[in-house]
Amino acid sequence: MAIKTLAPDEQPKLWQFGQEANDMISTKTLGFWLYMLSDALIFAGLFAAYGVLDHPMNTAGGPTEAQIVHPIAAFWQTLAVLTSVFAYSIATVAVKHGYRQMVVLCILAAILLGCVFLALELLDFADLYAHGATPQVSGFLSAYFVLIATHGLHMAFGILWLLVMVVQVIRLGLTAPVVAQLLNLRLFWQFQAAIWVCVYVFVYLKGAI
Amino acid sequence: MFVHLQGPYSFLLGRFTLAAIPYNNAIIQFAFAFTAIAALLVIGPVLYFRKIPYLFREWFTTVDHKKIGVMYIILGLVMMLRGFVDGLMIRTQQVMADGPHSPGFLEAAHGYLPPSHFDQIYSSHGTLMIIFAATPILTGLGNIIVPLQIGARDMAFPTLNAISLWLTAVGAALIMVSLFVGDFSAAGWVGLIPLTELDFSPSTGVDYWMWAIQISSVGTTLNAINVIATIVTMRAPGMRWDRLPIFTWTTLSTSIIGLTSFPILGVALALLGADRYLGTHFFTAGMGGNLMLYTNLFWIWGHPEVYFLVLPAFGIISEVIPAFSEKPLFGYITMVAATFAIAGISWTVWLHHFFTMGAGPLVNSFFSVATMVVGIPTGVKVFNWMFTLYRGRLTFATPMLWAVGGLFLLLIGGLTGMMLAIPAINYTVHNSVFVIAHFHCMVLLIVYAAFAAVSFWFPKVFGFRLDETTGKLFFWSFSAGTILVFTAMFGLGFMGETRRLDYLFNTQWWPALVIEEIGIGFYCLSLLMFFVMLFVSIRDRVKNAATADPWGTARTLEWLTHSPVPFYNFAVTPHVNSRDELAWRYANNLASTVPDHFEEIHMPRNTPVPIIIGALAFGFGFGLIWRIWWLTALSLLGIIAVVIYRSFARDKGYHLSAEVMTQLEREPPLGVVSESQYLSEPPLGASGARPLGHAGAH
Repeated sequence: MAIKTLAPDEQPKLWQFGQEANDMISTKTLGFWLYMLSDALIFAGLFAAYGVLDHPMNTAGGPTEAQIVHPIAAFWQTLAVLTSVFAYSIATVAVKHGYRQMVVLCILAAILLGCVFLALELLDFADLYAHGATPQVSGFLSAYFVLIATHGLHMAFGILWLLVMVVQVIRLGLTAPVVAQLLNLRLFWQFQAAIWVCVYVFVYLKGAI
Repeated sequence: MFVHLQGPYSFLLGRFTLAAIPYNNAIIQFAFAFTAIAALLVIGPVLYFRKIPYLFREWFTTVDHKKIGVMYIILGLVMMLRGFVDGLMIRTQQVMADGPHSPGFLEAAHGYLPPSHFDQIYSSHGTLMIIFAATPILTGLGNIIVPLQIGARDMAFPTLNAISLWLTAVGAALIMVSLFVGDFSAAGWVGLIPLTELDFSPSTGVDYWMWAIQISSVGTTLNAINVIATIVTMRAPGMRWDRLPIFTWTTLSTSIIGLTSFPILGVALALLGADRYLGTHFFTAGMGGNLMLYTNLFWIWGHPEVYFLVLPAFGIISEVIPAFSEKPLFGYITMVAATFAIAGISWTVWLHHFFTMGAGPLVNSFFSVATMVVGIPTGVKVFNWMFTLYRGRLTFATPMLWAVGGLFLLLIGGLTGMMLAIPAINYTVHNSVFVIAHFHCMVLLIVYAAFAAVSFWFPKVFGFRLDETTGKLFFWSFSAGTILVFTAMFGLGFMGETRRLDYLFNTQWWPALVIEEIGIGFYCLSLLMFFVMLFVSIRDRVKNAATADPWGTARTLEWLTHSPVPFYNFAVTPHVNSRDELAWRYANNLASTVPDHFEEIHMPRNTPVPIIIGALAFGFGFGLIWRIWWLTALSLLGIIAVVIYRSFARDKGYHLSAEVMTQLEREPPLGVVSESQYLSEPPLGASGARPLGHAGAH
């Protein structure tokens, strides 16, 4: 491509004066979407590993998938995580209207429901341990526990973040940096619910058949 | 919950005992003495001139993308030096241990390295060169150049950028520690499974390898996020997508690869970690594990990683060749398309690393064809470069020599890659040193491009050019080494030498091994030349002081601002009017036009948070390696606490007023390098906010 030369009377604009536009929220949101993409790939890798090890050959004489998954019990977990996301969504509506107390209340409800989810998961794990189905028994159980526990760890981390945001909303108010974080947390929290839906379908529902 | 371990264990020190320090090994003693002397040579003057506060204030706590990039590159060069010493040791062992009558020294039956030690050396050679040399150097270049090329003030997330650097440094530090405390993995840089399982590698070696890579790859992923966000949201006005410089394009594509592939490596290593720490059975040979699952996951990262490295190298070549041909790059759009085609295909070829897995003809055919398809966009690139050179006004300055030299390596490496893409050939030469010679050509192409970039952009960052005479001697001695070592290695591959041998049985290989050793001698000479070049360049820095465009023929935006680049990059954000903006301003006699007035600008403030997180990450990794659980737990809690604390801090940065900017831009110190500036105080470009903080902060 040849270089264009200017017409003799043309006055090109060489410098951009005026305050630089720096939309902090949109840059942070893009960055967080990219982070979630990398998180999605972690789960992609784990689901791939689960898909490979979810084979009768990989149970090594231990319990099979159909023996350990309980879709009905896990349904209550599904309800808990989805209503938690719903509670958080109401919080974001409240952010729009600037109702600080409502924001705090809804986030607290989301935390409570997230804790219910984690408690149900731990009860499920305890039950499996009691029956001798531990991650050390077979390749299949290793994949089962690590996939679900990784999601559980994400949930626990999300609860910690929700708690931090409650404090921030109370102490700092709905400032631009706090709102940016609230928006990113919404993405994180909904993403964990979406991953749980995948877990429920590919582990609990498919496994029970 | 944790696996049962053999050997001593204590709560306070985990698996660590004094016996873990190999103080009685002559080679380690030598390595320790060498490292200690090198460290003293660096730390001694720092202490003597009382530069620690300066280093901490201006470098360790910096969020300036240029300084972070410089530290990335220094880290990469130091690790490359260590990786080179490993390579030298491998070559020397093989030339000494050829045939049953070859003598043995120290503890070895043949050569001077016992097998377990030799295995650690080739493992660390690969790990260091790929992950701790090539990756940081290219990441550092992207860090320095991309914001300048797009006219940005800094990266999108300056603090995160510094965290990425320190996480990478932690990985490198762990590998250095493994040299003197405990041992390193003996299972190859790829972590040959099930050799990496606890049953077969009970020591901490594999743990060092695993956590060093894991921690640094978190840093690489975060950096990829940062680069993408920067390029997407922070381009100067007028910097449309069709005007983006090629190096920025390639860094964007490489960051997309990094963002999507490093998490898979994280999964592969985490599952291996679960096997080693919790006793699960992901990759064990029995109990329902699957060995090839690891190999697949590793190479699903591993092959994109190759293109993660090679694409910025292509970008560098695409910047250097037009600048020294005095022509616009031929086929800009096809170059961008080829870059993204290569990035896309990089996802679909991983299985060609193990055709011999026995996946069956259909699967092997798919991956064979996919691999050959890579040749099409790569060919487009090569022809674009050739047409750029064709009838150009060529100047063979040092960067140009490195760039054109890299093209020859690309040709040899690419064509042998095409051979290896054919499963039938691959079955014959699999695991032979023919493969090693092939991928060293490709990796050396990256090194050539990196040296091209270092010599090309050095004056931009430091304000003076590198010495041309010694720079060319460096290039030619390095190239002589490359030709001798790898031509002989291709031959040895055809003669049947397999890789990773500590003892060679065939005495007919000896002449070729000697040629390789002579090549290593040339590499040593080139190393000497490198240091001479640095010495001469720093001595003559006043004579070689650089103008904004020291080459006189540069084309892109980064050459518009001063050399060295002031800490705020551009006093006034440039408005971009054309692809190759500087060349356009030259053609219209606008290159020397400066803004008629200045305005207040906003800068991020330095922070110690990143280096604190780095220190805690080191404690986290070290605790995991030696299973010192209290250290791991405390470090992890510390990281979480620091992150939460930081989320409450409302650091808005600081402003530089219009008067300060006018003063900075109008008064002479800027861009002019005087001797005293470099010896006593940092040059203005590197001085950060300190002297201005009072004037400009609000």
